[in-house]
Amino acid sequence: MNTQQTNQSNLPSDNKATLELRNISRTFGDEWEREEIIKDLSLTVNPSQLTVIVGPSGCGKSTLVNLIAGFDRPDAGEILLNSKKITDPGNDRMVVFQETALIPWQTTLENVVFGPNLRGDRTAEEVEAEANRLLDKVGLAEFKEKYPIQLSGGMQRRAELARAMINNPLVMIMDEPFRGLDAMSRELMQEFFVRLFEENQKTNLFVTSEIEEAIYLADRLIILSNRPTSVRSIIDIELPRPRDFHMLSSPEAYEYKREAMEILHEEAMKSFHREDNSSAAAE
Amino acid sequence: MTQAAQDTIAPHKPGSSGVSNTPKKRSKILKALSSDTFWRGVVSLIGFVVFWEICSRMKQWTGVEVPWIGKVPPPTEVLEAWTEIFWLPGYWESWYLSTGRVFAGFIAAMLLGIPFGLCLAVNRYFHDIFFPPFEVLRPIPPLAWVPASIVFWPTTELSIAFVTFLGAFFTIVINVLGGAKSIDIRFLRAAQSMGASQWDLFRKIILPGTLPSIFTGAAVGMGITWEVVLAGEMISGGGQQGGGGLGFFIWSSYMGGTVAQVIVGMISIGIAGYLSSSLIRYLGSISMPWRRLF
Repeated sequence: MNTQQTNQSNLPSDNKATLELRNISRTFGDEWEREEIIKDLSLTVNPSQLTVIVGPSGCGKSTLVNLIAGFDRPDAGEILLNSKKITDPGNDRMVVFQETALIPWQTTLENVVFGPNLRGDRTAEEVEAEANRLLDKVGLAEFKEKYPIQLSGGMQRRAELARAMINNPLVMIMDEPFRGLDAMSRELMQEFFVRLFEENQKTNLFVTSEIEEAIYLADRLIILSNRPTSVRSIIDIELPRPRDFHMLSSPEAYEYKREAMEILHEEAMKSFHREDNSSAAAE
Repeated sequence: MTQAAQDTIAPHKPGSSGVSNTPKKRSKILKALSSDTFWRGVVSLIGFVVFWEICSRMKQWTGVEVPWIGKVPPPTEVLEAWTEIFWLPGYWESWYLSTGRVFAGFIAAMLLGIPFGLCLAVNRYFHDIFFPPFEVLRPIPPLAWVPASIVFWPTTELSIAFVTFLGAFFTIVINVLGGAKSIDIRFLRAAQSMGASQWDLFRKIILPGTLPSIFTGAAVGMGITWEVVLAGEMISGGGQQGGGGLGFFIWSSYMGGTVAQVIVGMISIGIAGYLSSSLIRYLGSISMPWRRLF
């Protein structure tokens, strides 16, 4: 759809991208019943940083992801990637979705080579070599001929990471990617993901509803307010890198967690009250 | 006429579907032979035939008639009738004629139904314009089309083919439409963000994503075409014995008073239907390798 956007993603300095959201608003519904999901939200995802967004459930995180990915457009405000306005989906931003979005009728390898081969920006041999390298890196070399349904949940997420990486995006957008995994796989995936990030330092936006996950991964933690959603507060997480799980039991991590929990709790309470009011109004 | 025909068919339905399990061993020979499922099926079929034989002959042996089944000739008599007509070209001609009609109608329905269903799914304007009349025509049973069809088409053959086509067409369209609509939006979005054009989305996501529904629609549609063809043949008749397809074969056997032959016709239809749906399942499994893994 947007083949023009393709070329820039192959530039060498593509882990230095900045993503900027300026006064974004998004309202759903019609003139009879409007619901403001996002209101005047501004945030910056710094280059080569892992920015994590947390927010109370139902606060419009997925709406935000859809806007950044270009699947949806804001009613007001603009989204800039390296100062260029985003209007449509493009391979300069790759989204890893909540549940797997691997294409069921393609093998793991076919899924990975899908994007580059569609665009034809590299030869099929180059793409396949790169795909094999990435699949090896995510530990799926032996599973490349398998269909997604034959992979475990954790493997599917890694396959998806490989599929996103081969497109060499400027920004990686992770929309609660480890949700639905069992605790063990989730922890392994977090560890794998943090290593991957520390290695390639690609600008990264990670959306989650788990505070521990957020603190473990983040350089910057952005806490969203309740609906209508905007940025409630920003915490810089200054835990050293490379990260490991022991850091989560350090006093600093505990302090971050306490602070974030407090804010989230406040926001969640607002949502409770709002639901009370609306149900009272409905009666 | 049809009512009478259905009355005689109805009590024996279990017979035709039970016997139709036998060809299973031909398709997956070795694997099937060693599976419990296969042997359970064999035992169940033998049990069924023995039960039928005993019930049919009960009056002869004890003077007490078993309700319903007692009126039916026993399997040995049916087999005898079958071996007699097995060598007659007329019997095979019935097979040939019915199969030809089923496939003519079915293939036409697939050729028109799949693109039509896909267009309904992907284009809003197309959907807005063509869906309402489609939905009005869809509930009309294929057999209600018979008189109109005879008026529309110059030959009986074409009328039967048209009614057969209608039987499968609506089912296929509805399945294709439903299947294409239910494709998970994440696949479309993922493909879109990787740079897929509209044509790529159609070719790589919508079409393969709809395949399972296409085959479901085909399997159901195939069943309906057999029903419709046989009913059509009973109504339209044929030149002489065996000249009008399996439906007419049953009808003329009934009129001629050989109930054993009626049952032969019914079992033949069971086998024909089973072979047709096996063929569709087989085509489905080779064209959708990712579905074989469930």
